[in-house]
Amino acid sequence: MGVGINVEHLNAWYGTTHTLQDINLNIPANHATALIGPSGCGKSTFVRCLNRMHETNPIARATGVVRMGDIDIYKDAQPVQIRRRVGMVFQRPNPFPTMSIYDNVASGLKLNGFRNRAVLDETVERSLKSAALWEEVKDDLKKKSGASLSGGQQQRMCIARALAVDPEVLLMDEPASALDPVSTSKIEDLIFQLKSQYTIVIVTHNMQQAARVAENTGFFLNGKMVEFDSTHKIFTNPKDKRTEDYITGRFG
Amino acid sequence: MGANPFHTPPPAGDTQLRPPINLQSRRMRLNTVRRYVVNHLVTVLAVLSTVIVIVPLIAILAYLVYMGATSLNLAFFTKIPAPVGMPGGGMANGIVGSGIVLGLCSLMGIPVGIAAGVYLAEFGRGKPLAGAIRFTADVLNGVPSIVMGLAIYSLVVMRQHHFSAFAGGVALAIMMVPTITRTTEEMLATVPHSIREAALGLGVPKWRTVLSVSLKTAAPGIITGCMLAFARVAGETAPLLFTAFGNQFWSFKLTEPIAALPLQIFVYAMSPYDEWHRLAWAGSLVLIVMIMVAVTLVRIYAARGMLKGAS
Repeated sequence: MGVGINVEHLNAWYGTTHTLQDINLNIPANHATALIGPSGCGKSTFVRCLNRMHETNPIARATGVVRMGDIDIYKDAQPVQIRRRVGMVFQRPNPFPTMSIYDNVASGLKLNGFRNRAVLDETVERSLKSAALWEEVKDDLKKKSGASLSGGQQQRMCIARALAVDPEVLLMDEPASALDPVSTSKIEDLIFQLKSQYTIVIVTHNMQQAARVAENTGFFLNGKMVEFDSTHKIFTNPKDKRTEDYITGRFG
Repeated sequence: MGANPFHTPPPAGDTQLRPPINLQSRRMRLNTVRRYVVNHLVTVLAVLSTVIVIVPLIAILAYLVYMGATSLNLAFFTKIPAPVGMPGGGMANGIVGSGIVLGLCSLMGIPVGIAAGVYLAEFGRGKPLAGAIRFTADVLNGVPSIVMGLAIYSLVVMRQHHFSAFAGGVALAIMMVPTITRTTEEMLATVPHSIREAALGLGVPKWRTVLSVSLKTAAPGIITGCMLAFARVAGETAPLLFTAFGNQFWSFKLTEPIAALPLQIFVYAMSPYDEWHRLAWAGSLVLIVMIMVAVTLVRIYAARGMLKGAS
């Protein structure tokens, strides 16, 4: 089951660049939340702060409060623990090239020392089914390398890999931007099904996509969150002039 | 909509298309001919360069086989050197000695080299210590091998008061380390950052990510680097002159002087006896074949390991 995320006064820096400025936001559990905004506005930094990936860059730094359920992820936990509860799907599919499809999906468990074969088998099957990839790969799970799949399949495998560790939150950083329209629509269908069980935060440049999959949408601009509301409201009746400009500018 | 900062209309002057290029014009036809000529010229040059590189290599190998094979016999592999003037004898002790010294130096040099490379690529980015290590490795790489022998002579041999197989192993190990360190670092740098992030994003600790993702992905390149370093030190003579020293009899002790093929080849080739010259040729051939076999075996074994890892 998903868990809600409560962000208060989140600030983030890359070196001396103040990438995120005082973000306050409530992300409801078991819903999909979309983040839109022009390139470089801080959307990706924001989601990377939600699983403490931001700080893996030696020059990056973040302050503020991010509550996931009842724990403050910056105060009460180690980054490794947080990342096991928060799955992440990246912009480009990033399968482990040396691993089979099976090992890719099982990697989150295996690399954390989990060895029970039966449970691994069952988890791999369940995760691949959740990611709508099972039927396409079930015959060569251990025969084929994860990198031998098509781009769209790789991305669904990466989603399966994230689901295999049974996270409560799924962060997706432009998960379909490197994919063709058919693969994109498969990923969107998937998000639609998954959001009943997971809290999903999806960064996207595609506003139709945000409108299709997300209940709530936040608009980021120059490191600040300009507006956060129900997706319907953001796209039909935004409060802020800048949000309106962005949406209408993009649609021409 | 003019005030919308996200909407920029196309500039007025750019709406007109440029006139089409006439592909049949004299200039375009000449251009095509020129490209054709240049293309073929460069291809021929590239092939020629390859030939120039390969011909001496094949010539050396062929001459080595020609001179070495005629002097090879079973005794070469089973007998220790015969006293001067006596026919027969072999370099069995040198073959075994080389094996021992090379095994020893690989055991010491490869782990240290890889560990240093991992530090440089994964943990030391931008740190002054990393810069210092990188600089030292590059300098060490350029140190003449005879100097390395002298250094180990004063550091190990002088302290132990005698030459030893161990000292030879240390000298060769130190010669291996810089090559292995720098290749490991370079190979790790080619591993895309995105797959490290994939592992970290799954809650895999950093050390485990380095071990199971970065190193595993870079393994083929790192193995090649280790093999290059191995092949290079396998033929080194100078660092062994003052360390392993060589001998003319069987010895398996690490604390005693030990024979090594390059040393024996050196001594035999410098001698005035025809019989010894022939043995030196045979030794050279055996040395080259041993290196080739070792490198090939590791490659095959590593390739099989890779496939197993993927399936």
